[in-house]
Amino acid sequence: MARTLYDKLWDAHVVHVEPDGTALIYIDRHLVHEVTSPQAFEGLRLAHRAPWRTASVLAVPDHNVPTAHREQGIADPVSRTQVETLDENCRAFGLTEFPMTDRRQGIVHVIGPEQGFTQPGMTVVCGDSHTSTHGAFGALAFGIGTSEVEHVLATQCLWQKKSKAMLVRVDGQLGPGVTAKDIALAVIGKIGTAGGTGHAVEFGGSAIRALSMEGRMTLCNMAIEAGARAGMVAVDEKTVEYLRGRPYAPQGEQFEQAAAYWRSFVSDPGVAYDAVLELDAAQIQPQVTWGTSPEMVVPVDGRVPDPASAPNEVKRSDWERALAYMGLAANTPMRDIPVDKVFIGSCTNSRIEDLREAAAVARRAVAQGRRVADNVKLAMVVPGSGLVKVQAEAEGLDRAFTAAGFEWRDPGCSMCLAMNADRLEPGERCASTSNRNFEGRQGQGGRTHLVSPAMAAAAAVYGHFVDVREVMS
Amino acid sequence: MKPFTRLDGLVAPLDRANVDTDAIIPKQFLKSIKRSGFGPNAFDEWRYLDRGEPGKPNHDRPLNPDFVLNQARYQGASVLLARENFGCGSSREHAPWALEDYGFRVIIAPSFADIFFNNCFKNGILPIVLPAETVDRLFRETAAVEGYALTVDLAGQTLTTPTGDVIPFEVDPERKHRLLNGLDDIGITLQYVDKVRAYEARRKGEAPWLFA
Repeated sequence: MARTLYDKLWDAHVVHVEPDGTALIYIDRHLVHEVTSPQAFEGLRLAHRAPWRTASVLAVPDHNVPTAHREQGIADPVSRTQVETLDENCRAFGLTEFPMTDRRQGIVHVIGPEQGFTQPGMTVVCGDSHTSTHGAFGALAFGIGTSEVEHVLATQCLWQKKSKAMLVRVDGQLGPGVTAKDIALAVIGKIGTAGGTGHAVEFGGSAIRALSMEGRMTLCNMAIEAGARAGMVAVDEKTVEYLRGRPYAPQGEQFEQAAAYWRSFVSDPGVAYDAVLELDAAQIQPQVTWGTSPEMVVPVDGRVPDPASAPNEVKRSDWERALAYMGLAANTPMRDIPVDKVFIGSCTNSRIEDLREAAAVARRAVAQGRRVADNVKLAMVVPGSGLVKVQAEAEGLDRAFTAAGFEWRDPGCSMCLAMNADRLEPGERCASTSNRNFEGRQGQGGRTHLVSPAMAAAAAVYGHFVDVREVMS
Repeated sequence: MKPFTRLDGLVAPLDRANVDTDAIIPKQFLKSIKRSGFGPNAFDEWRYLDRGEPGKPNHDRPLNPDFVLNQARYQGASVLLARENFGCGSSREHAPWALEDYGFRVIIAPSFADIFFNNCFKNGILPIVLPAETVDRLFRETAAVEGYALTVDLAGQTLTTPTGDVIPFEVDPERKHRLLNGLDDIGITLQYVDKVRAYEARRKGEAPWLFA
């Protein structure tokens, strides 16, 4: 029988099935960070249990780490304790960790693929909803809670019910200046933040095959914002070549053996999905969110919607509340909205390709005698990992940013969720390449607009949202 | 885990869709390395007028009088009535920890986000999915009747309203069994150690690099 990519991943990991279909699933890779793991390690200690397979774990502190003056350590004692607790737990339980001072340190969802730790055909979990990112490699990857972190540490398995399978097929060619982030936001705008609930989403079609691995990671990263725990893309030669030579990938002859296995992680031709959504890539415009949920999104030449035109009563009150929180009036053109801060980073958009796209806008600005606009208090670029930072500096991207007035920082989650010192103050408005525009996400009272890296850089230079295609033409 | 069998609980309504886990427990409280004590900071940004910080005492902070859970009539509520996609966003288990510590044991909504839904069952909280019309009706009745309470019977899979109406609900048999008995997942899984080892042995043959 024809099987989807998701079916193949599921079937390859079933250890045991209960009569009601609840299955015990084997977990190949477990990424760990400082925020959702301390209580899990505490649980292991209390029960006198040891990790089942230490080689399956890679740990890194990312949420609390400072992005400036790292050599001075973490100023906030509560944050510092959490990071030190991770260090101690990894030492005590014999787990591999890239500590804050390691040049390989970075956002957990950037370093897993970068190290070749994430591979096709695997199950990958982490106590973090954006674990869906790793599905870009033809893996089954999803976020779990802390009880499950402890469960995976103790047993290498998880209890799961199989999800339904959804195909999001994007065919055609993206226009210049339109990116994977815009596809993700356009999909969420179409199906809503609960549109993928209960589903594993496979992204397919010619526009997806044309994306780089970085672009596929951006897209799968945002699957959770559509409600889908897992997003995934079928394996192709780009997947295989990305992994070749990476430190944790198989080497030599074993790499070829693994690659042959990896290439089987594609959906069979003609297989049926429980749901299908089709989009034409050529129709997708650069996107900007206007509200407090990623589904509240319009193309950059659109306007803030009028709650009077909402499809139902619950939505109308949601939109009204969102406009009040965001300090926006209905029908305002998105381009007329000024920004106070700009954040380029996060597990969604902090990889080398993202930084190149943003740096190209910064370079163009400098060539035109422009720099970060006077009304923008802070425009910060936070690379996803120490290795991304090194590569960006080798390419001169850091100088392109700083010459235009952007700040060039050290890697971490930073202002995506503001657990470290990087945050919005009440009422501040931010063009952000992160993944969530929830109330208070970037700081209490902060107002977040989600955009692509190039769109964020353009907003920094003009001081308000602009269509990056016009800036770069 | 604390078992859940039956509850007679005061109902509190939270009438907004897409309530995310950042709203349920803001990020600054996630710096704690404990799994208890989050209740006083549940819904912190909606509940108080000032900014909450870990370690800051909460008893003398200014309450937001417009936030529904601050109303006198909902004090002591153990059933939370919510709208669609409740618990979306971050996977933080601190969200169910905060709700449980606040006093909620049952959450009723037309839909839940997957990770949050799953996390509830690990913490003795019963999330119940009901059709949108039924949830609408419960919102209306809760608003109309002060002291509106529901009897939740997990074994029988029913809610009973104050007027004696019985509303059935669905729950996965395996989840129900574990919640009713307060069973620890890890303890159950360790009964299958032999199967896990057999699986590993087979996979080591097919794909040895997975175990490198």
